[in-house]
Amino acid sequence: MRKLTMAEALREALIEEMTRDPRVFLIGEDLRAGVPFGVTKGLAELFGEDRVLDTPISEAAIIGASLGAAITGMRPVADMHFADFVTCAMDEVVNQIAKVRYMFGGQVDVPLTLRMPTGSVKGAAAHHSQSLEAWFVHTPGLHVVFPSTPADAKGLLKTSIRGLDPVLFFEHKRLYKMSGEVPEEEVLIPLGQADVKRPGSDVTVIATGWMVHQALDAADRLSQDGIEAEVVDPRCLAPFDKAALFASVRKTTRVVIVEEAARTGAFGAQVAAWIVEEIFDALDAPVRRVAARDVPMPFSPPLEEYVLPQVRDIVDAVRQVVG
Amino acid sequence: MSISAEKQRELLRSMIRIRAFEERVRDLFAAGRLPGFVHLSIGQEGVAAGASSALRSDDYVLSTHRGHGHMVAKGADTARMMAELFAKRTGSCKGKGGSMHIADASVGVLGANGVVAGGLSIAAGVGLSIKQRRSGQVCLCFFGDGAANRGPFHEALNLAVIWKLPVVFVCENNGWASSTAHRYACAVPDVAVRAAGYGLRGVIVNGMDTLEVYGAVREAVERARAGGGPAFIEAKVVRWQGHYEGDPQGYRDRAEIADGKSRDPIERLGTKLAGEGACGTEQIAEMHRAAQEEMDRAVAFGESSPLPAPEEALEDLFAAQQ
Ligand SMILES: Cc1ncc(C[n+]2csc(CCOP(=O)(O)OP(=O)(O)O)c2C)c(N)n1
Ligand SMILES: [Mg+2]
Repeated sequence: MRKLTMAEALREALIEEMTRDPRVFLIGEDLRAGVPFGVTKGLAELFGEDRVLDTPISEAAIIGASLGAAITGMRPVADMHFADFVTCAMDEVVNQIAKVRYMFGGQVDVPLTLRMPTGSVKGAAAHHSQSLEAWFVHTPGLHVVFPSTPADAKGLLKTSIRGLDPVLFFEHKRLYKMSGEVPEEEVLIPLGQADVKRPGSDVTVIATGWMVHQALDAADRLSQDGIEAEVVDPRCLAPFDKAALFASVRKTTRVVIVEEAARTGAFGAQVAAWIVEEIFDALDAPVRRVAARDVPMPFSPPLEEYVLPQVRDIVDAVRQVVG
Repeated sequence: MSISAEKQRELLRSMIRIRAFEERVRDLFAAGRLPGFVHLSIGQEGVAAGASSALRSDDYVLSTHRGHGHMVAKGADTARMMAELFAKRTGSCKGKGGSMHIADASVGVLGANGVVAGGLSIAAGVGLSIKQRRSGQVCLCFFGDGAANRGPFHEALNLAVIWKLPVVFVCENNGWASSTAHRYACAVPDVAVRAAGYGLRGVIVNGMDTLEVYGAVREAVERARAGGGPAFIEAKVVRWQGHYEGDPQGYRDRAEIADGKSRDPIERLGTKLAGEGACGTEQIAEMHRAAQEEMDRAVAFGESSPLPAPEEALEDLFAAQQ
């Protein structure tokens, strides 16, 4: 099968959906030039500047305007440039986008996708490295998608754009250049379906985004010692595929939850709560979590490495649960 | 600008209906019959009526927490509005919005907003969509003087101008943001001067004169519809009631309220029309009677409608559920 980078796969999804549906348009900062991650470069030449709207640095207006367009018949795909800057538009995301359908009693559809370049990338530091996905899982009315491979990114972005509900679409900055197989034919991946990235029988490692790849590295190392980890990628945090996770945990009876976000109050804490509340009997060991330390992301490489979850942290956590 | 006698009667009727609706809400709320809190626009009806009368039925409106008048003027069904305030499942938003988050998309009102200045950027997006769809509609965005001090006001105006969007921004300057005086909180006495910072002419009108409002908004709407881009109008009004119903208003000089009441927009237009013979006192009395009857029906509908079943709280979150 052919290989694409995640940036190329996302771009292909945008091209296909913009070709298919004239209501789809892109809105955000520096999209025509494709700065900083290249996903939208050249799309203005393909579709015209009216469908690739460069905006002023006005995050609240980007998202508010996307909402206004979405509830009156368009399908905006907005771009936050860096997910960190969503803080400048939290009202628009949390109070407006997430709530309009509900508070108006179902009068409007909100077909809006908000692309969120997320996570750490070497030395980007405190304002360009955050993993904020849990905030939005905690906001009823939003879908939260977080793919880890080019194929998943493409299939999930296409589904998000075609849906009638708002989607926060997290794209890990370290994965834009990572390549992987992407089918030539059209694939739409439904939201809320996990994917087992590596089968295994001894322990379930559930991980998101870049951490899926860290977990796969850890699984390779563990395999050399005869421990077979099953790596489950939920791909969507909301809706979340509990059935797939629970099936894996029932099989392995042990679980490690891995994420890049600051540990306290992160999404993994909710995953742990679900497991403990709903399938506690299936467990043969306490649930363990691997996450970032609770500080802003520091700049200096040794500090950053210390704060972020490392492959060895995942290996250690697995060894603890398999005893 | 000449305004036909028929249009003027329509404006008078619209203001009378808004006043009748809100006086019912005032009394019902005082009697403890409505949950939540309500913000009334009594005294400011000239803006809602004048501005909405300049719109087509398929045009859009973004409203505010003080938005009953905007809804009524744009043609929302008052019975369903009243049912919403009574928190009933037959309400405009099935009892999920209430006064501060009421909407009626069927008449183009895309929502009141519980967040001050929440509507401005949404309005810009509606304008964008109108332009993209080439539908020839216009979006009218109401907001208060308080909203002009929030960041999204500036972002939205700028965006509307650089993209030449068909959005008419209408600031209802009633001199107060809750208990905070506009003259204290705003660096400039007229919000309209801020329009110049975005290359727009800020038009100031007397909001207690609905004809002035109508004239200015009509001109702005015509220009926007013709592709001329956004407009900015500031209507100076007086809030007769407290910020919210039950507000003791210890911060406010009673003379200001008395002055506002002496400039009642409904009386003003009624007297003018009667004087010109465009509308007899009997015809005006009939408008009031009809409005009262309409509100009798609205209240009866609201009162007699069923409350939502508790589990309806879980509906309407996502499209797939509908
Ligand atoms: C962002 C935000 N801050 C504060 C409030 C609380 N609040 C509700 S209405 C209001 C005053 C708004 O004043 P203005 O915009 O002039 O509208 P008016 O009430 O005068 O119609 C305030 C402070 C709010 N709803 N939203
Ligand atoms: Mg005010």
